[in-house]
Parts: sequence; structure tokens; C-alpha cells
Amino acid sequence: MRPARPIPGVTAPRQGDLPVLLPFRASAPDRADGLRFSRWLADLPAAVPVVLGALAAAWPAVAYAQGGYGMTQALEALWRWLPFLVTSGFALNILISFFTMVIGTAAGVILGLWQISVHKPVRNTAWFVTQLFRNSPWLVLLFIVMLAFPFEIRIGDQVIPVPDWMKAVIGLSLPIMANISEIVRGAVQSVPSGQWEAAESLAFSRAQTLWQIILPQCFKRMIPPWMNWYAILTMATPLVSLLGVEEIVTLSRQAMEAENNMPELLVPFYGFCLIIFFAYCYPIARLTMRLERKFAVKQ
Amino acid sequence: MTETAWTPDQPIISIRDVHKSFGALEVLKGVTFDVMKGEVICIIGPSGSGKSTLIRCINALNDIQAGSITVEGLEVHAPKLDKLALRKKVGMVFQQYNLFPHKTALENVMMAPLKVLKEPKADVEARARALIRKVRLDGKEDSYPGELSGGQQQRVAIARSLAMRPDVMLFDEVTAALDPETVKEVLVTIKELAAEGMTCILVTHEMGFAREIADHIYFTDRGVIVEHGPPKTFFTEARDPRTREFLSQIL
Repeated sequence: MRPARPIPGVTAPRQGDLPVLLPFRASAPDRADGLRFSRWLADLPAAVPVVLGALAAAWPAVAYAQGGYGMTQALEALWRWLPFLVTSGFALNILISFFTMVIGTAAGVILGLWQISVHKPVRNTAWFVTQLFRNSPWLVLLFIVMLAFPFEIRIGDQVIPVPDWMKAVIGLSLPIMANISEIVRGAVQSVPSGQWEAAESLAFSRAQTLWQIILPQCFKRMIPPWMNWYAILTMATPLVSLLGVEEIVTLSRQAMEAENNMPELLVPFYGFCLIIFFAYCYPIARLTMRLERKFAVKQ
Repeated sequence: MTETAWTPDQPIISIRDVHKSFGALEVLKGVTFDVMKGEVICIIGPSGSGKSTLIRCINALNDIQAGSITVEGLEVHAPKLDKLALRKKVGMVFQQYNLFPHKTALENVMMAPLKVLKEPKADVEARARALIRKVRLDGKEDSYPGELSGGQQQRVAIARSLAMRPDVMLFDEVTAALDPETVKEVLVTIKELAAEGMTCILVTHEMGFAREIADHIYFTDRGVIVEHGPPKTFFTEARDPRTREFLSQIL
């Protein structure tokens, strides 16, 4: 047995660890896959939204049948508000998730590549930033960005207002960035070291090896976990309602207030939120798992 | 000055008292030998004796702790080694082929001359196609490595190395991972290469093959060269008990 030759930056941090004395890593099995959320979601039967819908619709009838305001009125109220909730509310959730994903992916790829840099300070800093934002509560990050960020940016005479939802995008981008960074690092490290050695023996420089040989192989492997994070992110966008951004949960609350805060409204309105998120994320999770299986066979 | 004038009458590879350790584990304990241009050298020995490490040191995939290795006068372990110059001189083929799985056979062969040497595409492609014919894989140009057998992949790997027009080829147990029926096709390719005058260093367990093609055989054990000689005398007149024991187990 020949000890494996370290590839600077990619395997170097482990150098010197004795195999038997490696610290216990509670999160290690998770990292190999990272698709737990999508797997769980994709495994749910497609009938779940129908059942949820039926339960939400039946709730007023069961719980408040004795009152004057019953199921019919509650559903009528939901029906009146539904187009507004979808086009103004849920559309903003999608918009936030979309921009967050774009910014988070761009920043995450850069951070992930820094994590495998040959320069130790760069590598360590990138690792620290990744761990910091990956393991912080999202809501705390959101509050920090919301309160620390100016509501307008002045460039000379130009005043560019920064809407609340834009600040929310920046806040949510931080944990997404950190998780994409881990996906990139993990994907690069999953390429067998023989690929690096073959490239090196063919006179490829490190940068050429990374961009022309390693990353093209990683690309497919990164798609399923990347989509997994998109689904998780979309589910997390209602967090920004706590900061007053007018997305679907905020608007649902306002709609119920406009309907005199009848308690019968709670379950149909929030139930509808659940169903629409499920309906949006479920196909993504199914596609993620299909791609995962497809790419797994090819490798 | 890392490169001294080299003329073909001098050893193309000169290895002097090379020591190599992985941490506390000393793998090479003072290895010295020369290889002349056009020679075919086989290194044999039990696993863990440092054979693979030795040839990996020749193209600087492994560093060394003491001693020196020169290839055509180029000091391989000089701090300011021109790696490009070294890797143009020395080609290497690995046990696990290590083809680039996202590229076709032809692209695998073309990639390094095209991207590293920046040679014109038409020239590179013509050369790559000729090399693929040479390793008898006509018709497999557009196959991906995953669609090829182990023996076919290994021959693509040889063609890929040759595309850089090296002066020396290193073969690191290139048939060890192959099915028995595909070993022969790879050995035939190497034999043709040797017959054309390519300088070859092989780490191998194929004793019959070593006997057939080697000009000189080196037997390593526990990091030192125990015994060496031309195949004619090496296999029949081994003196060292360790060599004899190894040969009696293998032959």
C-alpha cells in the first residue's frame, strides 16, 4: 500500500491526522449525499396536497360548525383572495428564491473554489466563512442584514432605494452561498485523485486541471444537491414575512384581518400556503431524485 | 541552473542515491541506477518495496528527501523545476488508466497537446487519430472511457501519453487492474513501442513479459535494489536469497 499523495488544497488539510484519531464527525454521513430533504419530499405520495386541501377545507366545518360563520363563508373568503395571494404573494416568494439562488450560487462557487485554494490563508478563511454561514440560524442572518443594510444607496446624486425584499434576498443568500460552497468543495474532492495525477503527468497546470478536467466532471454531480437547496430555500422564504416583506404569508395575514379575523379562516388560509409550497417544491424534489439516479448510473 | 547539457551517449535518466519517506515510513533507502536512451527497464519486487514510488519520483509526482534524479540533464527535484519541460520529456501510464471520463477517446488523446502545448488543432487531431490506430483502436475514437474495456482504456491512456511526444515512458503496473484476456493486447502495444526505440521503465508483475522485452531487470525489496541484471542471467542466476525467494514464489 502506497500512501495516497495529497493534492494541495484538495486533500492537504487532513495531512498529519492519524487515521485512528480522527475526531468524531456527527455530520459526516450526511455530507456524502446531502439530499435528505429532497429524498423525503420526493418520497411523499402525490396525493398529499389533495389530502391536505381536504383537511383544510373541512376544518371550519368540524371545529366551528356551531357558529354562524362556517366552512362555506371561509372558503368563499379564500376564493376571493386567492388570485391576489398567488400573483402578489407567492410570486414574490418565487422572485426572492430566484434572486437568492442566483446570488448565492455565484458567491458560493467562488467561496467553494477558495476552499480548495493552494494558499492556506485563503483556504482557511473560506472554510471559516462557509462554516459560519452554514451553521447560523437563517432568521438571525436575515435580521442582521435587514437592520444593518441601508434602505437606500447613494451614488453621487443618484439615490437607489433598496426595497425590503431585496435585503431579504441578500440575507438568504448568505446561508445558500455557504451551502453551495460546501457542494463545490465536496464535488471536487469526490473526483478520484488519479485524475489530478494523470493531468499533472500530462503537464496540465493546477488551474487547467481544475477548470478543464475536474470541474466539468463535477458539474453533473452538483446539480441534484443544488436543486435540493433551491427547494429548501423556497420553503424558507416565508421567514421574511417576520421582517414585513409582503410575500404570501404576510398577505394571508392581512387578508384575514380584512375578513375580520374570523378564527375559521386560519386553517384554510395557512393550509393553502402549505399546499402551494408543496405543489411548487414537490416536482422539483422528484426531478432532483431522478437526476441523482441518472447521474449515479453514469458515473 | 537546473539543466545541464545532455547528449544521447549519457544516461537519459540518472538516479543517484534517492531517499523517499512518507512521514516516518522510509520507502526508498538509497536507490541508484542509470537508464540509457532506448533501453527497456523492468522493475520487479514484492508489493510495498517502493517500485511504484520510484517511478513516480522520476516525473515528480512524488518528491524525494535526498539524492537526485535527472532526465536528459534536467534536475527533477530542483526547487525551480520547469515542470512543463519535464512532463514533455516523460510520459506516464497508470494502473487505473485515469482517462478523463467526460471526454471521448480521441479528445483524451488530443487534450494535452491542444490545451497545454497549444498546438494547432488540425495537427493534433491527425496525430491523435494516428496514435489511436497505432494502439489498434480504430473506430473507437468517439467512444467514452466508460464504454471501453479495461484493456482498451489502457491503450487509450498509452496513446494519450504518446501524444505529448515524450522521450521516456513510465508504466506503473499498467496491467495489474486488467482482466487476464485483455492483458495481452496492452503488452503487445508496449512491446511495439519498445521495438521502435522508446525508452521505457516498467513496474510490472508480468515476469514472462519482463523476461521477453527488458534489457535490464531491477529487483527491489524494502526500498533498495537488491539485485539487477539482464533477463537472461537474472532469472536463472539470481544470487541474493531474497531474489530467489521472490522468483520461486512467482515463477
